[in-house]
Amino acid sequence: MTHLIEITGVRHAYRTAKGPLPVLDGLDLAVPEGGFTAVVGPSGCGKSTLTKLVAGLLIPDHGEVRLHGSPVTSPRATVGMAFQNPVLLEWRSILKNVLLPLEIVPTDLSKSQQEDRARHLLSLVGLEGFEDKRPSELSGGMRQRASLCRALVHQPEVLILDEPFGALDAFTREDLWQIMHQLKAKEPFTGVLITHDLREAIYLADQVVVLSGRPARTQYTLDLPQQGPRDIAHLYTAEAAEQLAILRHQIEIAQGRTPAAA
Amino acid sequence: MTFRQIAVPTAAMLIFLLLWEALVWIMGWPNYKMASPSDLVPAFERYWPLFLTMGWQTLWRTVAGLVLAVIFGTALGMIMGFSRTMRDALYPLLVGFNAIPKATVVPIVALMFVGMHDFNTVLIAFMISFFPIAVSVSIGLSTLEPEYRDILRSLGASQTTIFRKIALPKTLPEFFGALKVSVTLAFIGTNLMEIVSPHGRGLGALFDSGKTNSDYPLMFAVLIALAFLGIVLYYIVVALEKIFAGWADRAPG
Repeated sequence: MTHLIEITGVRHAYRTAKGPLPVLDGLDLAVPEGGFTAVVGPSGCGKSTLTKLVAGLLIPDHGEVRLHGSPVTSPRATVGMAFQNPVLLEWRSILKNVLLPLEIVPTDLSKSQQEDRARHLLSLVGLEGFEDKRPSELSGGMRQRASLCRALVHQPEVLILDEPFGALDAFTREDLWQIMHQLKAKEPFTGVLITHDLREAIYLADQVVVLSGRPARTQYTLDLPQQGPRDIAHLYTAEAAEQLAILRHQIEIAQGRTPAAA
Repeated sequence: MTFRQIAVPTAAMLIFLLLWEALVWIMGWPNYKMASPSDLVPAFERYWPLFLTMGWQTLWRTVAGLVLAVIFGTALGMIMGFSRTMRDALYPLLVGFNAIPKATVVPIVALMFVGMHDFNTVLIAFMISFFPIAVSVSIGLSTLEPEYRDILRSLGASQTTIFRKIALPKTLPEFFGALKVSVTLAFIGTNLMEIVSPHGRGLGALFDSGKTNSDYPLMFAVLIALAFLGIVLYYIVVALEKIFAGWADRAPG
């Protein structure tokens, strides 16, 4: 099987005043086209560094990051990003915020086609009628939805999500999980999701990768084959409970609280 | 603007003038101790042409100094906002320069550029007012959340595009906040030059002549004229802020 994203043997260290600080050491990751991989691990283990590598914002010291088989050496426009902080531009309307990537990425779409696309995406996430509002007039969940639309408007091959739902309350979060499934069904993309929430990982992803503590390596991979959008009730099945137990155990190992042999 | 937005400040001003008048009347102060608003009307009437020409001199020199401060302060703020090294290098110099009372700089400048009164006055107005602008622009740029850059950089945007699309508009509210401070500072600078190094121009000179002639109502009238010009310039800045950074103004509640 060919993979859209392939990360092999990546090592990386940040240069600090106190000498190099290794963050990644032996990271392997492969995401098939159309796949959705969740990456979990202890705090500060280098998960966000991983997103920068995939986006081409950072070149690893060793190892390789490949998209479609070719090494990533610089940012490429085929990536969309959303963060925990929705970072909308306060001086623009929601519609103009969503259109931002199309002002930078070359596109064949005419102005009106671009606008139609942005409006379509906004309606998919339930933001119809909010196109002309300012970000400050929207709730946290709505801002995050707009941020997702912005990440998808230029039809990126890869959607990178760095804890996008981390700052939201539990109900809003579950809402957005379901919206993610709907978006994926209508706007196919290959996803990498960084998260601290194991339930979020098994609800959204078809592969969960557990990273070890810093410097991070790929410690464990859990495959969760799924057909079509999951029902939120899935989280309350015995199967899900079992998957959560496995992941929780792996996290404890990553945190160094349980010996790996146990 | 609604009726309320005009009526409330106007009423406050009238009440202030009434209280002032009442205070002088109750205390029985002669006008050389404290002029009352009713003393000012004849002073304005008598010297009206002087107020117009000298007020204009003060105004244009203040605005010229302020425009220079905006250009120089923004450029300096950009340099310090984008480069840590430049920030570390320039900050102590700037703070030191700003700490020098400008009244001590006036005679130095007056000696350096003898006879160039307009230039000297603009220079002092500029020197006193660029600091807040430089600091606010540099802080606005250096505190830009990295995610903003990442979003655009990941799409392959150049540094110039990032500056134009994000850094510049995001800094505008801080910039206008500083400009409001700088407007009044520039006025102080202009008048400092006009009063400390008199050369017969500007409202400062008119104030000075009031002093030498013991025309106390004239001195008070100059103060009121200065306050009036200050209010006008301030609200011009507020209007510009509404146009260019109105988005930062959130609806209350």
